[in-house]
Amino acid sequence: MNFDDTPHEAAFRAEARAWIQANAPTHLLPYLEKSGYGGIELGGLDPMKEAKAWQKKKYDAGWACLHWPKEYGGRGSSPIERVIWNQEEGPYGALSGSFIIGHGMCGPTVMDWGPEEAKRELLPRLAAGEDIWCQLFSEPAGGSDLAGLRTKAERDGDDWVINGQKIWTSGAHYSQWGILITRTDPDVPKHKGLTMFFLRMDTPGVRIVPIKQANGQSGFNEVYFDNVRLPDSQRLGGVGEGWKVSLTTLMNERLSIGSGMSAGFPDIFEFCKELELADGTLAINDRGVRSKLAEWACRQSGLKYTGMRAISALSRGENPGPENSIGKLVAGSSLQEIAMFALDLQGQAGAVSDPKLATMAAKFQAQLLRSPATRVEGGTDEILRNIIGERVLGLPDDMRADKGIAFNKIPTA
Amino acid sequence: MDFEFSAEQQQLKEQARRYLADKCPTTAVRAILEGSEPFDRALWQGLGEMGFLGAAIPEEYGGLGLGYLELCVIAEELGRALAPVPVSSSIFLVAEILKAAGSEEQKQRWLPKLASGEVIGTLASVEATGSVRPSNVALSAKAGTLTGAKSPVLDGDIADIAIVLARHAPGKDAQGLSLYLVDLNQSGIERTVLDTIDPSRSQAKIAFNGAAAELVGAAGDGWRLYEEALDRAAILTGFEQIGGADKALEMGRDYALQRFAFGRAIGSFQAIKHMLADMYVSATLARSNGYFGAYALSTGSADLAEAAATMRVSSTKAFQHCAKNNIQVHGGMGFTWAMDCHLYYRRSNLLAVSLGGLNEWEDKLIDRLRAKNAA
Ligand SMILES: Cc1cc2nc3c(=O)[nH]c(=O)nc-3n(C[C@H](O)[C@H](O)[C@H](O)COP(=O)(O)OP(=O)(O)OC[C@H]3O[C@@H](n4cnc5c(N)ncnc54)[C@H](O)[C@@H]3O)c2cc1C
Repeated sequence: MNFDDTPHEAAFRAEARAWIQANAPTHLLPYLEKSGYGGIELGGLDPMKEAKAWQKKKYDAGWACLHWPKEYGGRGSSPIERVIWNQEEGPYGALSGSFIIGHGMCGPTVMDWGPEEAKRELLPRLAAGEDIWCQLFSEPAGGSDLAGLRTKAERDGDDWVINGQKIWTSGAHYSQWGILITRTDPDVPKHKGLTMFFLRMDTPGVRIVPIKQANGQSGFNEVYFDNVRLPDSQRLGGVGEGWKVSLTTLMNERLSIGSGMSAGFPDIFEFCKELELADGTLAINDRGVRSKLAEWACRQSGLKYTGMRAISALSRGENPGPENSIGKLVAGSSLQEIAMFALDLQGQAGAVSDPKLATMAAKFQAQLLRSPATRVEGGTDEILRNIIGERVLGLPDDMRADKGIAFNKIPTA
Repeated sequence: MDFEFSAEQQQLKEQARRYLADKCPTTAVRAILEGSEPFDRALWQGLGEMGFLGAAIPEEYGGLGLGYLELCVIAEELGRALAPVPVSSSIFLVAEILKAAGSEEQKQRWLPKLASGEVIGTLASVEATGSVRPSNVALSAKAGTLTGAKSPVLDGDIADIAIVLARHAPGKDAQGLSLYLVDLNQSGIERTVLDTIDPSRSQAKIAFNGAAAELVGAAGDGWRLYEEALDRAAILTGFEQIGGADKALEMGRDYALQRFAFGRAIGSFQAIKHMLADMYVSATLARSNGYFGAYALSTGSADLAEAAATMRVSSTKAFQHCAKNNIQVHGGMGFTWAMDCHLYYRRSNLLAVSLGGLNEWEDKLIDRLRAKNAA
């Protein structure tokens, strides 16, 4: 049990810190430190351009995708070194938002299942931030029930022809590449007839339609496939093995979304130190407020140390397991509870969402409106509880009405 | 960085688990709960002989001279087994206070006996309902004698010695408080056993009628020593709570697999499955906070006070959460005397108040986070 750096780790930290000090975009720091949950605002500068510039700089100096092998654009670092890098990168890490899906999920999937030539060509570009990737999984008919998806891929000579629709695809509108899961055989039970591909988002027949979100932003999209033709060399894993391949993505998704996720405690703590209540006391001195703060503080640190335990397990050579599901499960509802509580303390002013007027640049208002998505994206709270119940605790699977039935015989309404 | 107990520490934990599975099945806990014996003497003696009690006591004072990390893994197993013995009072509190503040003579005299289990110690601080604070400590110390009463005192009926928080100077402030060591087997002591929510750990009222006492640590330093002792004990007790929480979760899980209703295992109902998943989440967060607590304790880190309060709040809630929902999972069976669910429920609620309630520790946590933030 040791939370201190070994001499080797300390040396790595010093090297990372020195490089960041010399190279980071310090002019963005004031904005990054202030920027809230669900997007960055850089005083009028183009966030994508700034994000790409920082990513490219890191890549050129060997600081991008640290845990990837060198031949694919990484540094071949240990999991602990990756944690140290993240700690040192600090607020500049907020610039990497648009790369999370590519670096955290698509990249590892292509690395495990893609043809060697594609890996050597595409992964370094992904690491360098030259390409952005998206994840084309969810469909109108299948989000939680991902294996119920209907987008078809049919063999035609050496090619595949894709028809159907994806939905909720984050970043499809600015992505160059995507990983896609399709149904190649409707006559077998649903998990067995799936196949994965990767494709350019400007392939003819792909149409991207942004969706306006409940919080007014447009981060996700509908993606339509109309006779989209892909060569067989863009297949990931075997025909009919798509479910197995997608588990690589989903496992990495849980790790990259969940671990190290903040439960939102620092912001509400800062706020309560300043706010005066009706009786003239500071909120932080109020017994009821303290009780809530203590709960969130424990979740915040509990998640932090759970993440560190997972990293230790990873360094011992263990695989990221289903127990990593707790990160997003705990953080999602905490963020939402905290936002509601902060608005409540603000009284009638809590309704104001103008960053120029509202407390802490309307951080809590933005959090209120974005946090419902955290409890849904990448596996809903209910699905995560199922995973913990079934895969960690060993409880029986849900009763399923579609078990063992060929996909095209499953009732749909 | 390595956020895990070492292979040796895990072996020690396994060893403690096997030992307790053999010597302290729940029938042994039940025997204390239902019978007239106040604690399990044979188990207590065995824990001394195995070296478990003296794990963190230096060799020169008769202990094994291992460390806090070792004591933490032992504490977890004691909690898991609901061991009906006074480890928290005697080791987590009294031995720790003597290690921190005792004179050389006091350490020589008492630590070896505490390590072997020959002597049982306890800490006597409570005089009134509500939190213990300088203004409600009135028991008075004059010319080497104590007069007044403490109640409740955990293990107060069976302890041989007590460390007593007492007032040597009139008033209500912390500077007037000191710690005193009292031999409880003397004529100036009167004890009354109390009925409590968890009779597997006994409690008493102790009246001090001019009982002879000697100072522990400097006069006027009592409150600081007391608070620091509570922090260390909160981490060790926290491991007991984590152990209890895990076991209650496992009991619930096992029952959910085996009990059928409506033609299926009740663990396949999402309401039950998700309840168990939430129990797993609180137990996991508490364990992770505990690992940091253990690290802070073992290194005497500047973060110790914050880590202790964090762990205390987290592990108290986790054990209560798991123990109460374990009853729910068991249905009517869970409310029977014959099932073990209530043993965990009782213990979780005893431990939740034994070092001061949640509200006190929440306050400490916020105060400490704020102090750190201001620094
Ligand atoms: C902001 C955002 C970004 C996203 N980005 C992407 C992306 O980039 N790529 C991508 O592929 N997808 C993305 N998604 C989609 C996301 O993964 C799905 O929305 C999610 O998995 C839920 O699926 P659904 O929307 O079909 O809801 P449904 O599955 O229809 O769920 C509706 C409700 O039913 C519950 N439910 C469903 N099944 C069960 C069950 N077995 N037991 C208990 N309750 C159940 C759910 O928990 C939920 O409460 C994104 C979603 C959001 C909100």
